[in-house]
Amino acid sequence: MNVDMPNIMKLKDIIHETYAALSANKVRSGLTMLGIVIGISSVIAMVSIGTGASNTISSSIEALGSNLIQITPGAQRTQGFAASAGRGGAKTLTNEDAAAISAQISGVQAVDPEVSSRYQITAKGTNTNTSVTGVTEVYPQIRNVEVAEGSFISSIHNNSAAKVAVLGPTTRDDLFGEGSNAVGQVIRINGLQFKIIGVTVAKGGSGFQNQDDIIYIPVKSAQRYLSGDQYLTTIAVQATTPTVMSQVQADITTLLLNRHKIKEATLADFSVLNQSDILSSASSITSTLTYLLAAIGGISLLVGGIGIMNMMLTTVTERTKEIGLRKAIGARKKDISTQFLAEAIALTLVGGIIGIVLGWLISFVVNLSGLVATSVSLASVLLAFGVSAATGIIFGYYPARRAANLSPIDALRYE
Amino acid sequence: MIEINNITKTYGSGDTAFKALNGVSFTIEDGEFVAIMGPSGSGKSTMMHILGCLDTPTTGTYFLDGKDVSTLTDEELADIRRLHIGFVFQAFNLLPRTTVMRNVMLPLVYAGVEEEEREERSRKALISAGMTESHFFHKSNQLSGGQIQRVAIARALVNDPSLILADEPTGNLDTRTGEIVLGTFQKLNKEHGRTIILITHEHDVAEYADRIITLRDGVVISDSKSHERRHAKHYEA
Repeated sequence: MNVDMPNIMKLKDIIHETYAALSANKVRSGLTMLGIVIGISSVIAMVSIGTGASNTISSSIEALGSNLIQITPGAQRTQGFAASAGRGGAKTLTNEDAAAISAQISGVQAVDPEVSSRYQITAKGTNTNTSVTGVTEVYPQIRNVEVAEGSFISSIHNNSAAKVAVLGPTTRDDLFGEGSNAVGQVIRINGLQFKIIGVTVAKGGSGFQNQDDIIYIPVKSAQRYLSGDQYLTTIAVQATTPTVMSQVQADITTLLLNRHKIKEATLADFSVLNQSDILSSASSITSTLTYLLAAIGGISLLVGGIGIMNMMLTTVTERTKEIGLRKAIGARKKDISTQFLAEAIALTLVGGIIGIVLGWLISFVVNLSGLVATSVSLASVLLAFGVSAATGIIFGYYPARRAANLSPIDALRYE
Repeated sequence: MIEINNITKTYGSGDTAFKALNGVSFTIEDGEFVAIMGPSGSGKSTMMHILGCLDTPTTGTYFLDGKDVSTLTDEELADIRRLHIGFVFQAFNLLPRTTVMRNVMLPLVYAGVEEEEREERSRKALISAGMTESHFFHKSNQLSGGQIQRVAIARALVNDPSLILADEPTGNLDTRTGEIVLGTFQKLNKEHGRTIILITHEHDVAEYADRIITLRDGVVISDSKSHERRHAKHYEA
């Protein structure tokens, strides 16, 4: 009896056997793999859409300004976004309210009284309908707006109620053509001529409302020529630091309640919104949304994994005679279990790679459609890859062990 | 050399216990061509399983080339099968949709033999079994019944075994093809000195061996030289 020690099966042969076995029934292997493809791609696509939506919302809220507190007319019925539904609906805020906030409350960096409404705009035969906002010279500082060409509205413009306007880039493109020089041209707002003195820098991002489609004019001019009264639609207040925001918010509420002679805070005819409140409630909503989407993807991945286990169990039964033959000619338990485990892992890995590519494509198409700026993170790809490999091992292990433990005699006799 | 001493094999226990083998002893020298014959239920299948190290006896000893293999574990038996025994079965000998070459080299694949060496050894084995080179890369489902058995014989030879065990190798073949296969065994025995054990229930088939051990009800009822020894008319197809 020769004594050459039993050696171990080579990796190349395991790959060869796996390929031969899986290609023997291509339709079944393909359909099983499809389960994993759908699972992995939905995890990647869903997470990227969720993350993208979350980023879009956060950045459009941040673009509104830093350390920003907004006071709008109308009752404060609910927290968060819904409060803005009352915006412009009531006329309760005045120029004097804005002046009082500026004069009496500490921790305030700047106060911008604003009047905003939509008007039909005409210029050289073109026309558009957009938001016209009356602002003061502090607006750019509070709202993170920069001027690209010309200059912004100054205090002199405001004091004299000058008929000057600064256009958002989108409005400029609509009226004068993309990238054209609009400074010095004249537009008509509600029939009145306004001279363009500047164009702002695009804020970019595909927000839920375009912050670049806007016309700024001096607030005094807006009140005198357009609204015809002394009321404001928004008072934007910038606090000096983020830490004093809630104190400033409380002080403004007290001050305005006194000025409006209202005793109960719940009956207030205005709302005071803190930007960080909006941001945190928005981000908690979007992260819940992301988890929900990931969970949907995860469930389809689980279903795909069970599909793999089902196929492998069927395969083990179908190939009982083959297992018997392999064992008779000397395959060890380890050889048999490795073979079946390798088949399950190959299915999930190939399915996982296709799923990652497909998920990335879906995310890319969603991005192209402009709905949400999606981003596929490396972490979600690695996670999906790890999960698909783990799925193969977990769902392939039981069928593989069943195959390995078959007795060669029973397996050979199996009909 | 094979030494079987007083082997018994009992299936089940208590009232339902069934003794398939009831004290079998014989010795087979290297280079013998032995047929183990008996009707169904005689214990010859159980004998084949024990001789082929697919199973272990309940009592008794089995020495294969001086090594006691009657008390080995499943994994140790797999090692013995891979290195020292070649099998030819009645049916389902080859992996479906797999080339002749790949089928023959399978025991060497499990032994981790290098690719070049195993291809060389597989070619030699296929030629010894009477296969023509043009069939080496045919898929197993493109072969005739006789060709399948020859490929199975080649695979049984490829690991240079101490023993080739053929279980009803002609059971699915017509008489003429069966004779060709039996001729291949005779040639391997005479010209290459291979030890061959042929399990069959047909006396006509057993007559191709040099010695016939007959089993009945789990015991050896005769062990003698073949009386009317048959010679296959032709070794080759």
